[in-house]
Amino acid sequence: MTLRQLLLPYLSALLLAALGPCLSRANSGPQEDTIVMAKDFMFAPTSITIAAGSTVTWTNSDDEPHTVVSESGLFRSAALDTNERFSFRFAQPGTYRYTCSIHPRMVGTIIVR
Amino acid sequence: MSQQPLTSRRGALKCLAFGGAGTLFALAGGVFTPIDLAVAASDRTGAAALGKPLFVQISDTHIGFNKEANPDVVATLNRSIDVVNALPEQPALLIHTGDITHLSKPAEFDLAQQLLSRLRATEMHTTPGEHDTTDPSVSEYFNRFGKASGNKGYYSFDHGGVHFVALINVLQFKPGGLGTLGTEQLAWLASDLKGRTSSTPIVVFAHMPLWSVYEPWGWGTGDAPQLMEQLRRFGSVTVLNGHIHQIVQKVEGNVTFHTARSTAYPQPVAGEGAGPGPLKVSAEQLPGMLGVTRVSVVKHPSSLRLDDTTIA
Repeated sequence: MTLRQLLLPYLSALLLAALGPCLSRANSGPQEDTIVMAKDFMFAPTSITIAAGSTVTWTNSDDEPHTVVSESGLFRSAALDTNERFSFRFAQPGTYRYTCSIHPRMVGTIIVR
Repeated sequence: MSQQPLTSRRGALKCLAFGGAGTLFALAGGVFTPIDLAVAASDRTGAAALGKPLFVQISDTHIGFNKEANPDVVATLNRSIDVVNALPEQPALLIHTGDITHLSKPAEFDLAQQLLSRLRATEMHTTPGEHDTTDPSVSEYFNRFGKASGNKGYYSFDHGGVHFVALINVLQFKPGGLGTLGTEQLAWLASDLKGRTSSTPIVVFAHMPLWSVYEPWGWGTGDAPQLMEQLRRFGSVTVLNGHIHQIVQKVEGNVTFHTARSTAYPQPVAGEGAGPGPLKVSAEQLPGMLGVTRVSVVKHPSSLRLDDTTIA
């Protein structure tokens, strides 16, 4: 076992300890950039919960274009080619369902508290 | 199920050079017979024996696509157009069953129109695919191709004693669901077909399959059964679509279903892999995957009959 392998758990713990305060702060207020991936014809994570005022960014990791279209009509992206992004800021609490209009079986939910 | 390959092995190998072609439909004895374009171009006697060419179907040109599965979709469309233009007898009509573009961008539509204008067929009819309608108002497609339908996407016309119906099933997706025609379009169709004699040959075309090819990938149309109910009384019905980038055929009663290949890139067989994305094959394999991996002629009704789904 190398020194690096021995130290890795300790370093990870240190990193988490250092980040801890930031993470808890982020949970109490708006998050700046929550990422949802479109990959292998699925949104991942399928469902996320964020604070009001947070921005969600979708990125397409497939070779096939995807869109992000809200069921209620609140937001709608253009067709996102590979590695293209779309962002939307959720100002109001609520449950927002969305789909890919090109592959309507791809569905996701943003829960804003 | 019975199918009969038209060509010899040598003919089939020759066909591989053509790349993504399309499908020629000839009217023989009041019944449509789909013929692979590469066959029609390479076997003049075979094609001629089937009747007078009526229209050519091209689908899924995906102008704007540039990924590994086919970095040059313009070249494969051009080769397909060459095949159509080289037919010994030109059909009057061309039908494009959608996904003209990859991302609904104005420049993609402009380039596609410019390329397709090289076709010798005098009349082109289109129905959009879901890749053509991703802009919020669908104005890019309708500004260019909406005139025939008054920007509704569905319309009908007659040619050579045949009644053609263009349907749109890519505008009303339900999340998690299949394509949808919708009550308004189905009501329009009922009035359009009313009063037409049952002996009128009918051709219906849309982008997504109008029968369930593979529902987990959305390869079907949720309210297609209501469409089929309206078509059942007709003696000769041909239902065409694209979307799945491979040929699947079946015959049910008097209705022949036929999906077209893409001129851009192949897609996997239903259920193989994560989803219906571009299928990467070698450069040597690509032309065969697009055009002519499987060549068959279907004759109907007496001598040959298709009773099952063929996945090529």
